[in-house]
Amino acid sequence: MIAVRGLVYRYGATEALRLPEWQVAQGERWLVLGPSGCGKTTLLHVLAGLVRPAEGEVEVAGESLHRLEGARVDRWRGATVGIVLQALHLVAHLSVRANLRLAQYLAHLPQDDAAFDAALGALDVADKAARRPAELSQGEQQRVALARAVVNRPKLLLADEPTASLDDAAAARAIELLLGEAERNRATLVVATHDARVKRHFPRTLALA
Amino acid sequence: MNLAGLSASYLRARPLQTALGVLLLALGVGTIVGALLVVSQLESRLGRDARGIDLVVGAKGSPMQLILSGIYQLDAPTGNIPLASAQALAKNPLVKKAMPLALGDAWRGFRIVGAGREYLEHYAAELAAGRRYEKSMETVLGAEVARRTGARVGSRFVGAHGVGGEGEEHSNAPYTVVGVLAPTDSVLDRLVLTPIESVWDVHHHEEKGHEEAGEDQEVTVLLVQYASPLAAATLPRAINSKSELQAASPAFEMARLFHIVGAGIEALRAFAAVLILAAGLSVFIALYTELQERRYDLAVMRTLGASPARLFGLLFFEGLLLALLGALGGVLLGHVVAAGLGAWLAAAQQPAVSGLAFRLEEVWIVLGALAVGGVAALLPAWEAYCTDVSRTLAQG
Repeated sequence: MIAVRGLVYRYGATEALRLPEWQVAQGERWLVLGPSGCGKTTLLHVLAGLVRPAEGEVEVAGESLHRLEGARVDRWRGATVGIVLQALHLVAHLSVRANLRLAQYLAHLPQDDAAFDAALGALDVADKAARRPAELSQGEQQRVALARAVVNRPKLLLADEPTASLDDAAAARAIELLLGEAERNRATLVVATHDARVKRHFPRTLALA
Repeated sequence: MNLAGLSASYLRARPLQTALGVLLLALGVGTIVGALLVVSQLESRLGRDARGIDLVVGAKGSPMQLILSGIYQLDAPTGNIPLASAQALAKNPLVKKAMPLALGDAWRGFRIVGAGREYLEHYAAELAAGRRYEKSMETVLGAEVARRTGARVGSRFVGAHGVGGEGEEHSNAPYTVVGVLAPTDSVLDRLVLTPIESVWDVHHHEEKGHEEAGEDQEVTVLLVQYASPLAAATLPRAINSKSELQAASPAFEMARLFHIVGAGIEALRAFAAVLILAAGLSVFIALYTELQERRYDLAVMRTLGASPARLFGLLFFEGLLLALLGALGGVLLGHVVAAGLGAWLAAAQQPAVSGLAFRLEEVWIVLGALAVGGVAALLPAWEAYCTDVSRTLAQG
């Protein structure tokens, strides 16, 4: 599913990330651990094709990312990768339903009401479809953000610090939801965090330094 | 969801800024469109009324006044001239057609014009009802007069002294309507037409009793069509050198009038251009200042699969959409202004201006406004294109 060889990412002159070898099989759940600034977020962005590494090869879901040029990588990302961000970044003036529809539209996928009803239903927020993000609780917003990440049934689900600002109970709940959605969509899950509390949920960890 | 819907949702999300941009643009476009409609319609109307009339001859006074009163029936006449002088001029070999008119009275604000049948033929007037006048005190009404007064064939009325009808009524000399004209889209629509003899009869009756009409018969103006272009060089000078007559050229006087009015129209257009530029600036400022707040939205859209070009398209389309709203609002406003002015002019029995006439130039004005919106959105759209998604997301 993921094959990384000799990856080096530089930010300006500084080396922000070095990862000589990493293999992830289809359906696995991985935790990427490390302190702030170790390049966890950068690794996720490389996997999503949002940035290009200076060196090395990255293959995700059968695509060599360095071979995808221009808008093709964006199209590939929309259809293949779901991303949950630490700050959820729901589009504030759009309803929950419109936020999900946005994901389908931007990924060039058919806008399918059944798909996002299913995604919202699985996360127990189907009754909030007409609301704006600001009208929801933090927990509900998190579910909506997760629903938006999985509405296109991605093969790879990436989460960046999903538990950073949450208390123990909420953090456990958030991880449970991520695992559940990855399972339900048969997606490979990679979670980047510095939060040691979530470690016990993941058999495989990649430690960056 | 599509690009237009997404752009529109952002416009709705900041209603005040959107409304300001649309309003400024609509005011600018509306001013230009309104001026265009009114000026072009008046020009073509005035041109139609003056077609085939090369010279207006009347009493001494302002040449502009002579044209306005003689052709357009707008201003007060400069006075009367002896019929004999007019007849002598009509026989001049340089004159192809000469139409004497006698003015002086009005009915309910519509001028009563004493004229020969050739005056009706000049404007290709067709009868909608009744027949043409044959003898004194018979009248044929212009379409607008009949519509507004409700008078029909067989109606009788008395004229009031003065071209505005402000004087006393000639109650002992009633007119009879024998015909109503179909609309000619010319000055005739607003006139009550009658043989010249009627005008003489009404006035001689009162002023001098039943004295025989003789050499002191007068007309107000003589509308002249040249027999050859050569006449333009000699005829006006010859007429103006005679003490009691004045000749004025409609083409020359109207060019002078539009030159004067044109300066005002130019100033109005410049003002409208400033409004449109201000609208463009407001679009630019709205989009540009909002970029800060929107950078996360833009970055998230990239994570959801949007290419940089799509983000460019999103902001660019927002500028275009706003400009389109403003431009269409402006076109509507321009037509409403023209219609309002038309209603006001019609109430004052002036030539009509319609709000329902469209001109090709309006398409260019709309395209111009769209270009302003597009240009205003270019830089913000480019910044959106350049969004560094990885860095933006790393910031929060």
